[in-house]
Amino acid sequence: MPPLEIVTPVPATGFFTLAWLLIAIPAASSAVLLLVGRRADRWAPYLGAAAPLVSFAIGLVYFVQLLGRAVPERAVSVPLYNWISSGDWQIDVGLLIDQLSIVFVLLITGVGGLIHVYSIGYMAHDERRRRFFAFLNLFVAAMLLLVLADNYLVLFVGWEGVGLASYLLIGFWQYKPVAATAAKKAFVVNRVGDMGMSLAIMLMLATFGSSAFVAVNEGMPSVTDTTALIMGLLLLLGACGKSAQVPLQSWLLDAMEGPTPVSALIHAATMVTAGVYLVTRSNAIFAESTTASLAVAIVGTVTLLVGAWIGCAKDDIKRVLAGSTMSQIGYMMLAAGIGPAGYAYAIFHLLTHGFFKADMFLGAGSVMHATNDEVDMRHYGALRRLMPITFVTFAAGYLAIIGFPFFSGFYSKDHIIEVAFESSAVLGGLAMLGAGITGFYMTRLMLMTFFGAKRWQQGVHPHESPPVMTVPLIVLGIGSAIGGLALNNWIVGWLNPAVGGEAPAEAPSLLHFSPVAVVTLVVVAIGVGIGVWLFGPRRDIPLLQPESRSFFTLAGRNDLYGDALNEAVFMRPGQQLTSQLVRLEDYGIDGTVNGTAAAIGGMSARLRRVQNGFVRSYALTMTLGAAIVGVVIVLGRLG
Amino acid sequence: MTIPWLTILALLPAAGAVLLIFTGVKAAKQVALAVSLITFAFALVVASQFTIGGGQFTIGGGMQLAEQAPWIKPLGAYYALGLDGLGLTLVLLVVIITPVVIIASWRDFDSADMSAEADGPSSTGAATLAPKYDARVFFALVLAVQSCALYLFLATDVFLFYVFFEVILIPMYFLIGGFGPGPRRSYAAAKFLIFGLLGGFVMLASVIGLYVHSDRAGEPSYLLSTLSQLDFGTATGRWMFVGFMFAFAIKAPLVPLHTWLPDAAEESTAGSATMMVGVMDKIGTFGMIRFCLGLFPEASQWATPVVLVLATISILYGAILAIGTRDIMRFIAYTSITHFGFIVLGIFALTSQSLTGSTLYMLNHGMATAALFVMAGYLIKRRGSRDMTAYRGVDQAAPVLAGLLLFAGLNTLSLPGLASFVSEFMVLAGTFSRHPAYAVISTLAIVLAALYILIMYQRTMTGPVPDDVKEKVTELNGRERLAMAPLVLLILLLGVFPKPMLSIIEPATQATMQHVGVTDPEPRVSAEGGR
Repeated sequence: MPPLEIVTPVPATGFFTLAWLLIAIPAASSAVLLLVGRRADRWAPYLGAAAPLVSFAIGLVYFVQLLGRAVPERAVSVPLYNWISSGDWQIDVGLLIDQLSIVFVLLITGVGGLIHVYSIGYMAHDERRRRFFAFLNLFVAAMLLLVLADNYLVLFVGWEGVGLASYLLIGFWQYKPVAATAAKKAFVVNRVGDMGMSLAIMLMLATFGSSAFVAVNEGMPSVTDTTALIMGLLLLLGACGKSAQVPLQSWLLDAMEGPTPVSALIHAATMVTAGVYLVTRSNAIFAESTTASLAVAIVGTVTLLVGAWIGCAKDDIKRVLAGSTMSQIGYMMLAAGIGPAGYAYAIFHLLTHGFFKADMFLGAGSVMHATNDEVDMRHYGALRRLMPITFVTFAAGYLAIIGFPFFSGFYSKDHIIEVAFESSAVLGGLAMLGAGITGFYMTRLMLMTFFGAKRWQQGVHPHESPPVMTVPLIVLGIGSAIGGLALNNWIVGWLNPAVGGEAPAEAPSLLHFSPVAVVTLVVVAIGVGIGVWLFGPRRDIPLLQPESRSFFTLAGRNDLYGDALNEAVFMRPGQQLTSQLVRLEDYGIDGTVNGTAAAIGGMSARLRRVQNGFVRSYALTMTLGAAIVGVVIVLGRLG
Repeated sequence: MTIPWLTILALLPAAGAVLLIFTGVKAAKQVALAVSLITFAFALVVASQFTIGGGQFTIGGGMQLAEQAPWIKPLGAYYALGLDGLGLTLVLLVVIITPVVIIASWRDFDSADMSAEADGPSSTGAATLAPKYDARVFFALVLAVQSCALYLFLATDVFLFYVFFEVILIPMYFLIGGFGPGPRRSYAAAKFLIFGLLGGFVMLASVIGLYVHSDRAGEPSYLLSTLSQLDFGTATGRWMFVGFMFAFAIKAPLVPLHTWLPDAAEESTAGSATMMVGVMDKIGTFGMIRFCLGLFPEASQWATPVVLVLATISILYGAILAIGTRDIMRFIAYTSITHFGFIVLGIFALTSQSLTGSTLYMLNHGMATAALFVMAGYLIKRRGSRDMTAYRGVDQAAPVLAGLLLFAGLNTLSLPGLASFVSEFMVLAGTFSRHPAYAVISTLAIVLAALYILIMYQRTMTGPVPDDVKEKVTELNGRERLAMAPLVLLILLLGVFPKPMLSIIEPATQATMQHVGVTDPEPRVSAEGGR
């Protein structure tokens, strides 16, 4: 493989030196909302929604400025201050605005801003909405720090910051025990991934004496294969946690306990894609280890199938979408695992997915809003007439995700399937199979929700949502429809060389009907066909989930037994260990201290009743203990 | 004549304690707060005299603002004080924590006001004991602990250090035994005292050994500057090291010498527990750097493998016990055991980053436990129970209380952006560069920390709120928020911008490293211009 070209960012000048404002504005808004108290209740949603939109405007200015620059000058570094310095380590806080980070800035603040606006309507009746917007703003600030950092340790601050925001928002309705448990689970599972991240950063510091992107990228070609492999796998572990990839996928489905705008923003459009960003950003590391890259591709492929499988079996609309999110991120990971040829497509799909999945989640929120927070699709049906805007925009998202020609997913997903085929027939074939399953479960969702007979519960009177909710839906729906078309000829050339690949010689055709694309369309059509056959308008859909003996259905309904596995392998042994250690502590260590004292000191029952007895016993055993520890230290060294 | 800055600093709280004897019970807290604030202000003046990286910066020598006068001639004991980056860090910790403790304990003795603030513990029917002594004694003891701690962090004479190492046990003993709310307070206080005395007793043997050696080398002297130049010989040095290390490993408890701490914390009021765990226990880790590394560099390296193993065990053991504990005060004690493990790990990993990280960790851990204990104290005062299961859904009854507890918890689990993260990461990354295996195992604790903090939070703050909690657990008042405010601000500030503290600590770290004769492991790949 030819050595990667290392991009050296140019120092920021002019308005670029103020790039920290991007992060500071939502952070400040969050602080204000948290500190001002009830007085802010009335205007809180407006301030909360304004903050990301202001950041979006600033981001847009930067984007336009970058567009006007020559390619080598499109990476701008914005040094801020020295954070940690000790010995030879200098860890600086700085931002990097380049082709990759700027598209993320626009996605986070653009789609994020729309979701904030939508939330003004969605959360209008929640008396704690001030807190809700504070947490959403906190999320936006942390996510922007994550993508703008020019250093892995600073990235890690944003990385855990979004984890915190995710925790706070999943558990937003924490008076519900399920929500509180789901929030805790998300944070803890993410911490397992974060352990990988922090070890990777420690390894970078030990290897390069720095965790800055520039230093790591420059140093990577000189490291051993083993170091590169370990570093890659540790980063992959981090990515698995954040992006809900197998084996750290189990938290995402439970995360649907959070309010729906949260699911749209954090658990679909932005935060969960951070793992893909991390792998793409670390392309210099994965370039040195094909094994680590292969691991990324395998994890992605497995997850895209697992997520799709789960999506087929759920009746809860949000969980179907959550399974689908896992699956779509699996596609992105697969692309990122393929290497330089795939990175740009991973990001392309990430962007289009950001639009169509946010669109569908908000659409699902609109449906829930109309049906007294009903999430069971068996209690929907025939909503298309009463909720025309929601229906049409949702349909745009649906066509995009299944890859209907000229809708956004058609371009972004097919590219991934194609490069997967170029890399390996197995990966390509499985990715294509996944597309077929996607066609099936999304068709099932569409039909159960918007078509067929009314299956509404008593007292439910569906109605279209207010404009503050439907306008964001319309914008996202348009994005889902034409996003791929608009970006297809531009995005790959734009992102390279920031993602370590080369720009293609000629723009790909918009009439994208390669053999692979045609076969994929046929597979998707089969999936859609099965969906229509099983769940079409004529079919009677029972109000209760029918019992099933099929392994596939049962496994899917139970999230492929991920929780059961975690419980058997980690939780129960962990609880065992904890209770054993508590017993050891109470009766073992402390008891030994007291007990041996009683024996050696010949302490009588009478003495034991007197506090002084304890004093004596401790004096004795501690002297003994001192001798033992001394001997251990000596022997431990001499032996 | 030069001003004896350090003596004045260390004596200010002691003078305040004496003053309290002559003031009325009602004015005690105001006087105590005033004294602690004057001490704080004076410490800032002293800090402004401190030149970063100034002086010679070798162990024992080059201390700033040094004072020295002969004390017990035949023993070679001096009244000698001095300030370096390590000492200054801990001095700052002491002067910050003490006023917080006083404000947080403000109403502990107002039985008349108790009903106004919240239902007193006694009304719940739980067996809670009244304090044995009045408010004057409590605040005087707190100030006495502060004074002793300041002396300990400033002493540059081993004998002077030893004396205060023993003396500090006395006010602490009475704080636990005289004011603890539970029936086992005498037991816990006795246990605390015996562990402390025993540590001191074993240390005394080494202290005597030092006398013998310095006497043999010429004139007896307990000055650090003299002792650090002596060569004790391998075997003797190792034995004396063990004596000191043992005492310090009890104070900053390493498993298995930790069993006194959970009991003592459980039976203390929040204020006493903060003084004990947040301030007093730092003497142990401080002593490891100052005396173990400073006097016995060879023995320290010799003992490193065993100490690293014990530290790693403490990290995991403390974390797992914290997961399994329902008593909120014991819980905080166990989280401290895991954090002391980190500090010790960083000290003995002996890299610039881990050693600086450990020193910073002492400050950060002091603030972190103070925040946790203060919040726990607020809870216990309202509901009259230390048992986590007595609380539920507090977030709905008192959102600010819940929010601040979560903040304190997130700092304890080392969330990046908050102070503890900087020090914990420096310890881990520094350790990784020399002993990767220990660092990898210890990193497991970041998952365990998430578990113990979030389980505690979920148990107490989330879920549907029962009526009795709703009625009793009222929102924090202004005074209670005020006690937390400096901690919150400092935790945020030092998380984002730790530079001021790091630049104070770093020269002391480099001096220690040089004295021990170790250098940082070189990066395996040198990256040019890598910043």
